[in-house]
Amino acid sequence: MDNPCCALILDVMNTDTDIAVIGGGLNGPLLALAMASQGHRVTVIDATAQSVRKNAAFDGRSYAVALTSQRLLAGLGLWDQLADNAQAMLEIKVTDGRAGEGPSPFFMHFDHAEIEEGPMGYMVQDRHLRRALIDAMDASDHITQLSGHAVTGQRAHPAGITLTLDNGKLLTARLAVGADGRASGTAQRAGIKRIAWSYDQTALVCAIEHDLPHHGIAHQFFMPQGPLAILPLPGNVSSIVWSETDANARAFNALPDADYIDMLRPRFGDFLGDIRLTGKRWTYPLGLSLTTEMVADRVALIGDAAHGVHPIAGQGLNAGMRDIAALAEVLTDATRRGEDIGSVATLARYQEWRRFDNTALAMATNAFNRLFSNDNPILRIGRDIGMGVIGALPGLRRGAIREAAGLTGELPRLMQGKPL
Amino acid sequence: MQAHHGTVDPAEVAKFEAMAAEWWDPTGKFKPLHMLNPCRLDYITTQIAAEFERDLKAPDAFAGLRILDIGCGGGLLAEPMARLGADVVGADAAAGNIPVAQVHAQQSGLEIDYRHTTAEDMAAADEQFDVVLNMEVVEHVSDPLAYLTACRELLKPGGLHICSTLNRNPKSFAMAIIGAEHIMRWLPKGTHEWSKFITPDELFDLLKRAGLEPVDRQGFVFNPLTWAWRLSDRDLSVNYVTASLKPR
Repeated sequence: MDNPCCALILDVMNTDTDIAVIGGGLNGPLLALAMASQGHRVTVIDATAQSVRKNAAFDGRSYAVALTSQRLLAGLGLWDQLADNAQAMLEIKVTDGRAGEGPSPFFMHFDHAEIEEGPMGYMVQDRHLRRALIDAMDASDHITQLSGHAVTGQRAHPAGITLTLDNGKLLTARLAVGADGRASGTAQRAGIKRIAWSYDQTALVCAIEHDLPHHGIAHQFFMPQGPLAILPLPGNVSSIVWSETDANARAFNALPDADYIDMLRPRFGDFLGDIRLTGKRWTYPLGLSLTTEMVADRVALIGDAAHGVHPIAGQGLNAGMRDIAALAEVLTDATRRGEDIGSVATLARYQEWRRFDNTALAMATNAFNRLFSNDNPILRIGRDIGMGVIGALPGLRRGAIREAAGLTGELPRLMQGKPL
Repeated sequence: MQAHHGTVDPAEVAKFEAMAAEWWDPTGKFKPLHMLNPCRLDYITTQIAAEFERDLKAPDAFAGLRILDIGCGGGLLAEPMARLGADVVGADAAAGNIPVAQVHAQQSGLEIDYRHTTAEDMAAADEQFDVVLNMEVVEHVSDPLAYLTACRELLKPGGLHICSTLNRNPKSFAMAIIGAEHIMRWLPKGTHEWSKFITPDELFDLLKRAGLEPVDRQGFVFNPLTWAWRLSDRDLSVNYVTASLKPR
């Protein structure tokens, strides 16, 4: 074995796993489950020890899961566990507003009754989704979880990739999937460049209890400081995503709970009756982060690792789920053809499928945020008229509803409710 | 591992590795083949699965099948067949392709029997296969009937022969010669001689005269909007593929 060429060949001939997934958040386990369902051996590597994330109480974090993403969760056998704790989003109301004033006379109203597919989506709590993912990974014979280990190095070969872990161990795979977020080390080590900028805004995230029922209606208010979303959770509880300038957010976040709610209260009026905080408060700095490529030799990026967008339309998780459904389909089709799942020829199909959509989403949310997050009177009149027009034209409105439900674009099989 | 390289000079191995990398670069010299490959594989895998009652969703779907790939080149079809569990022989009349394909198969952890030989020589040696893949070769041979007869002889009774080639009409002249060789430069000039192209009816006739029973034909159609190939039941105007069986 003194010939380095032969050592290298031997080392890729018997890979430890078919697919190494770096990142054990939401996207990584979802992709792992999709590929494990097709008989691939998957290893999920996460720097955080798993026990930290289990058995959590409601912590105030939740997600808007678009209809197509719900289909993906159902296709992977996760929805049964989530359904009881999910809240259907039946309507979305979008309003231009200013703190202390009533909503503008122009607003957009989207009702799921206008499309035939069902609710536009569901609100699911972070703890329930994580729990369902961990339970499903634990139950899978094909998934190995390496928790509490960081990847420190990676090297692509002609037919495989070797990852170095922080304990010095090596792991070889046919393909490495980076699901390691905006600061993706997988992307960095693969030499993939990133374009990123900050919005100088921070999202304040929490959940509130309210006296009056929400009737499954999601609200989005466009405030000069940033958008405010009120999203329905089961019972008289709603999730709040409240975007503010960095300075405001810092000030509000320093307040005790009661004063924090006092700042929030005038921002959306009294249509839900009195409100109280439930769970913890969270802050997320807002920015846009896009990689120039979604794939490299033996490497594919999914979710925020490839594209972190403004959460203005609640589309971050859903864009990640589209990546997962598309990548799982490309890899499954390649497997059935006998192709090499980690080759650039295979991975390029995933990039072609997803890149346009992801870039368009990043640009659209960027433009929306810039258009709405200010108090310029001309822009204010302009966007009021725009919303009035969209609201008045059923065709345009149905288009926007389908967009929110994730029903536009070339849908992967898992998002059409079909098997992989 | 050392045994595979045997007495081969390491410098030679490095050269073959470089050539293998070139064969397998989807944006390199063999880009047109890489673009067509998923479409070709879709046809080949579904035909084999249907004929031999295999489930492509199952692991090692082609286990137990002996498959010959004629004109194997760098192994773009042979490797997928081996990955699906088949016992694969790759034959190429160009001696230079053999070590290149061998090196790549070894890198990929696949066992494939690559040989510098021809269909006629293998038939003379009484080799027998369940499937013969004969992709984009027949338009290059001097005596298509003799060649297809050798392909039939290589099949076990009931065996499957998949043969693709280029149609002969003004459109294929424009697309394959002017388009692919002169405008897009996908292929070196002189790769194809248009007069050797064969119409689907002529190929069906040749297959029958060679003792094979044609059962299916479809077109490979390039869509310039999606920049991808797809299969078509109706459009066989340029690239097309046929399936035929050796009678039991």
